[in-house]
Amino acid sequence: MATVQESLQNVMNWVDERLPVTKTYEKHMSKYYAPKNFNFWYIFGVLSVVVLVLQLVTGIWLTMNYIPAGDRAFASVEFIMRDVEFGWMLRYMHSTGASAFFVVVYMHMFRGLMYGSYKKPRELIWILGMLIYVALMAEGFFGYLLPWGNMSYWGAQVIVSLVGAIPFWGEELAVWVRGDFNMSEVALNRFFALHVVLVPLALIVLVFLHILALHEVGSNNPDGIDVKANVDEEGKPLDSVPFHPYYTIGHDLPAIVIFLFVFCAVMFFYPDGGGYLIEHPNYEPADPLKTPELIAPVWYYTPFYSMLRACTFPLFGMTAKFWGLVVMAGAIAIPFVLPWLDRSPVKSIRYKGLGSKVFLTLFVISFFILGYLGTVHPTPMKTALAQLCTGIYFAYFLLMPWYTSVEKTKPVPERVPE
Amino acid sequence: MSHDGINPGRRNFLISATSVVGAAGFVGAAVPFVGSWTPSAKALAAGAPVKVDIGKLNPGDILGPIPAWRDRPIFVVKRTEEMMSRLNRRNYRLADPDSEEQKQPDYARNETRSIRPDIGILVGICTHLSCSPKFNPAIEPQPFDTEWVGGFYCPCHGSMFDLAGRVYKDVPAPTNLEVPPHFFESDSVVVIGEDGGVA
Amino acid sequence: MKMMERRNFKTLLLSAVAIYCISVQALGAGSSYPLMRMDPNLDDKASLQRGMQTFMNYCFGCHSLQYQRYNRTARDLGIPEELMLKHVIIDPDVRIGSLMENNISVDHAKQWFGAVPPDLTLVARLRGGRDINNRPDWLYTFLLTFYEDEARPLGVNNLVFENVGMPHPLVNLQGVQQRVCKDVPQLAANGGEIRDPLTNEYVTENLCGEDLIGRGISPLQHVEGTGELTPDEYEQVIYDLTNFLYYVAEPIRADRERIGVYVLIFLAILYVFTWLLAREYHKEYH
Repeated sequence: MATVQESLQNVMNWVDERLPVTKTYEKHMSKYYAPKNFNFWYIFGVLSVVVLVLQLVTGIWLTMNYIPAGDRAFASVEFIMRDVEFGWMLRYMHSTGASAFFVVVYMHMFRGLMYGSYKKPRELIWILGMLIYVALMAEGFFGYLLPWGNMSYWGAQVIVSLVGAIPFWGEELAVWVRGDFNMSEVALNRFFALHVVLVPLALIVLVFLHILALHEVGSNNPDGIDVKANVDEEGKPLDSVPFHPYYTIGHDLPAIVIFLFVFCAVMFFYPDGGGYLIEHPNYEPADPLKTPELIAPVWYYTPFYSMLRACTFPLFGMTAKFWGLVVMAGAIAIPFVLPWLDRSPVKSIRYKGLGSKVFLTLFVISFFILGYLGTVHPTPMKTALAQLCTGIYFAYFLLMPWYTSVEKTKPVPERVPE
Repeated sequence: MSHDGINPGRRNFLISATSVVGAAGFVGAAVPFVGSWTPSAKALAAGAPVKVDIGKLNPGDILGPIPAWRDRPIFVVKRTEEMMSRLNRRNYRLADPDSEEQKQPDYARNETRSIRPDIGILVGICTHLSCSPKFNPAIEPQPFDTEWVGGFYCPCHGSMFDLAGRVYKDVPAPTNLEVPPHFFESDSVVVIGEDGGVA
Repeated sequence: MKMMERRNFKTLLLSAVAIYCISVQALGAGSSYPLMRMDPNLDDKASLQRGMQTFMNYCFGCHSLQYQRYNRTARDLGIPEELMLKHVIIDPDVRIGSLMENNISVDHAKQWFGAVPPDLTLVARLRGGRDINNRPDWLYTFLLTFYEDEARPLGVNNLVFENVGMPHPLVNLQGVQQRVCKDVPQLAANGGEIRDPLTNEYVTENLCGEDLIGRGISPLQHVEGTGELTPDEYEQVIYDLTNFLYYVAEPIRADRERIGVYVLIFLAILYVFTWLLAREYHKEYH
């Protein structure tokens, strides 16, 4: 027995001298110290990685039978759904996975907002995370065209037309993006290339950097306490435990199984999610002559779509369409500077004052309302509500320097409370 | 961190048990991915049995490799009396003259490797590396073989087969050409890809 | 902490389910006519077989099922392949593994109807409900609500699909339906039906169109003596036809629900193991 272990050790030594396997394992797993007061909200980062892998694998498998051609794309999806052995399962995994991705990422981002995970020294982690979010939106958008159903077609048509709102070059730019004067196979082909090669590559690199940056400064925690300030004689943080095995097995593993349970429940029993995960108009092929009665994006974009539609009046000589674009782009851009908007001396919402709590609550409520409004026909009442919620969305960010500096915060304890 | 109350036996048992169940799950999850590589319903439909009209085939001629069954080239040869008698003579150069290897249905395990001695039906794919051999019925010396008495020759790697698709010795191909399942619906129509309930 | 965690997981489950299942009504297909409920039954093979027969006899002339194969239909509906070949496919050139395409020419179709009749493989999903079963209420109601309308080029209109561009294919079975006004009990302000205090008979009023629909009464009336079937028999034919189209739209539905049950059971078992293991490590630092 000893000899087997010895020779294994020798092999490991040989590799380690050439490739830092053990060192990397220790740095990121067995000797990466994570605060011991993680709670429920801390599983969504791991779950995002799980979903990313799921999407990559199922996506690769789908490309084996999908055909990105205008006259064959729709039929090839039905081919996958019917003729390919287990093709329906791969397709549903991927379509459900897209929504699951946004569910876990939104939860992950909300955790960051709540516990101030974007604050110094984690600004770069936050910015990389925002880049991941934007890449994910692009990935979803490009991917949504591929089934070449009627909603795919008109959804892409509407969003690409938005580019036309850019002053001066807008129209030319929209034609350039489409490579044609209307949405056509040309766009389908380039969206396919972006969806399966470029954006996934960017996502993988960004996720890698996001984790690298995190492991450089260490994880935040629900109390926003700097756990590195209290170390034992060996330099180990007292309020932390090694990521592996205490979080991998002790925390994440059962959580992943629960996530898979929910995921499979949806995927096997409600794959189109009442038209929210796969929209019904997508069961007929793209038809440039027939707009669906209601063009609603998939649920994960609807908050931003609502903001776009909430801009109904021209301002400063610019059209409402232009302001729609500005507001939507602004809504996605403004969280990037969040680390510098928050002036609070504390990180976590637990120790922040009333202002932060009220604004965060309003922000979440208005985000949900906007999300709902984006799925239904606009009415004057609903548009007014969308305008109000858009205002709250921006107020949360723009007023943050004010309410975080005037509110009364609670003292943060030195050590993680038992 | 306290190490009291840790039961290493229990922990090791749980690690193994979880690993086993997890591995089973992993295998299960792999099923759709592996399974999706099997022939699709479309491929199976395209690979359905085909009917071939051999009424207009003259002795000594070959039909094919046109009628594709499972997208593979199929040879339908109508042999002359002379060809048939040559197949019955024992050729010392053949590697498996009695078709010991299961490369044909039982009903085609005879000298001519066919149901009807005059009609030979073969999958036109060399058993070496899957090139398609050429039909060459001439009985005269060839650049690749000075004692050629007619048969199939594979230009890719030089494998030689007789007119019943039996492989020669000392060529790269290991076995005889495959005989697909087939039956005669009538004198002039053969169904390839199905036994017709014979086998 | 452990209690917290359990509660948190519950929150996770609930919130995930909530996000997945936000269910909004409406978003129908243009008409406000209330749909009749149709609960499909994929286990009723006889119904599916009858539905296929109706489809092949009355719809297939114009509408293909171009993503569906005969052999799969035969297998899923429990029909032997020989019978399928002999009685359904008929054409000797069409193979059992072929797609269920028809031979209607695009040019002819445009000439006759002004448009190419759509493929119907996915119609039940396209028009399906938002509920967990994607109930094909729309399709069912559509097939039951054709009525005579001289103003239309083909002399026929539909309650849920206004100005539909197709003739009523099953008119020989159903007979003629006409849009009529009906005498219905008058409603009092409190919503009750008014009776005459002397005769105790209902006080009626004559309502038409939207007013009738608003009272939950069909504005259509079957013309006595037309059609080969009674209204009840015809409803059964339409139930079977809708059931068949519901099957064709997602032939793997039964499979996915069956496999889904096994997967969830497996994950539940796996959870028990991972939870016990996780607890072993939790003990160490709590």
